[in-house]
Amino acid sequence: MDGNGVKSMLLAVADAMDENRDMLCVLDGEIGDADHGIAMSGGFAGVREALDELEGTPTEVLNTAAKAFLNAVGASSGPLYATAFMRAGMAVKGKDKLGPADAAAMVAAMAEGIAHRGKAQQGDKTMLDAWAPAGAAAMEAEGSIAAILTAAAEAAEAGAQATADMEAKLGRAARLGARSLGHKDPGAASAAIMLRAMAAAV
Amino acid sequence: MQTKKIINNGDDAVDEMLDGILLAHRDHLRRGDHKRAIIATNGPRDGKVGLMIGGGSGHEPTFLGFVGKGLADAAAIGNVFASPPPDPALSCAQAINGGAGVLFMYGNYAGDVMNFDMAAEMAAMEDIEVRTVLTTDDIASAPRDEAEKRRGVAGNFFSFKAAGAAADLGMDLDGCERVARHANARTYTMGVALSPCSLPQTRRWNFDIGADEMEIGMGIHGEPGIARGPLGTADEIVDAMMDRILDEMGASAGDRVAVLVNSLGATPLMELYIMNRRVQARLAEAGLETHRTWVGPYCTSLEMAGASVTVHHLDDELTRMLDHPCDCAMFRAG
Repeated sequence: MDGNGVKSMLLAVADAMDENRDMLCVLDGEIGDADHGIAMSGGFAGVREALDELEGTPTEVLNTAAKAFLNAVGASSGPLYATAFMRAGMAVKGKDKLGPADAAAMVAAMAEGIAHRGKAQQGDKTMLDAWAPAGAAAMEAEGSIAAILTAAAEAAEAGAQATADMEAKLGRAARLGARSLGHKDPGAASAAIMLRAMAAAV
Repeated sequence: MQTKKIINNGDDAVDEMLDGILLAHRDHLRRGDHKRAIIATNGPRDGKVGLMIGGGSGHEPTFLGFVGKGLADAAAIGNVFASPPPDPALSCAQAINGGAGVLFMYGNYAGDVMNFDMAAEMAAMEDIEVRTVLTTDDIASAPRDEAEKRRGVAGNFFSFKAAGAAADLGMDLDGCERVARHANARTYTMGVALSPCSLPQTRRWNFDIGADEMEIGMGIHGEPGIARGPLGTADEIVDAMMDRILDEMGASAGDRVAVLVNSLGATPLMELYIMNRRVQARLAEAGLETHRTWVGPYCTSLEMAGASVTVHHLDDELTRMLDHPCDCAMFRAG
């Protein structure tokens, strides 16, 4: 996969966020402020625009996406995904062509970036509950890039599903305590959507 | 069904609002280098600590209505209910830095903290010293022993006012930070929501609530509060709020307070003044003297119906800060 491959992956994520915008807002409305779908689709609209004319290495594509996402949304997803994309770009720095091991390193770096920036622990009912298992699954998986991203997506989906049984400890929903039980975390849900779209785009 | 709003394209709502505000308040406000950085025309000056406030849109007149001489020097503006990214905040810091440092003040929300901290780091690289004071006045949002986890809501007004006065009076960055923390620690807000709001981009109600229900402690973005129950009378609602506020405040008879009875958007002045009548009765009953009262929409949540009561526990210093004149786009005092 070259820079254009990374670009088409991110453009596929942008489409997926548009399609799921309203669903994510509804999910967020249950335990938050109902704007998560807007942040994700708005952020990736910024990414789509910034990547439009770009022909670059995987690292350049990821760094451009990071800046565009951050400046389009702010919010909490802005710094988290900006950090994730910058870390992913760092993980594959100097490479024009990415193989399966690079794809795994990219997903793991995104998970680390999100953990570093958000300071959440696994089990806090945040997007990290999807990203941490996704990063681990990507590193363990074998086979093609598609197989690795699919393993990551499946782990993220299971992780997102598990957030329904967690009490929120961080973010807006943290003030809800037990009332957050039974609701899937919208940030974890969008993480799973992102990884699924990336896997499908390869 | 979509909610009714007087807008054009929902995606343009924030920028079109800013255009309208800048046209209406050109004596007070101008744009900085970033289109979402709004600067006081008469606030920043050399040798003065710059005060930047900011956060998501949808709470007008918070934040940019409090930009002007004697209060905030700039506001960084985000999308509806979303923290601005670091760039507008950095642009504000550059515009208002008079060499004495810049104080960032905003409500305690995870997204705001991440973005404004990034902006503060970027400002530090340009040798602008930035300090941060988070507002945490919503006493319903976390227990007393975890007060640092509480979110900032309408009581922001008093903390911003105190810090703005401190800066205008020429206090240094240490002093302004101390006054800001002191004011925030003595500000107590409780809110109640009656009906939801809807974002311009979704035009759907952001939470469900029964026709005969209210939610005590709901946040200014529709975050669920501490209890949902049948809608009470004005006196019952105020009593529920004041019981908790007075308990937390622990004031002594003879102490002075300032009061803000705030609409979340749709609740009219009539209802706010009915509430204020009871607020003042409860304060008088506790032997407290009300120094100043403000009633109206000061920190809204789009078209949400509901209100909040804030009590600011004054001492001599905070009284002086509160009485210091300010001249802002949407607020004037002294």
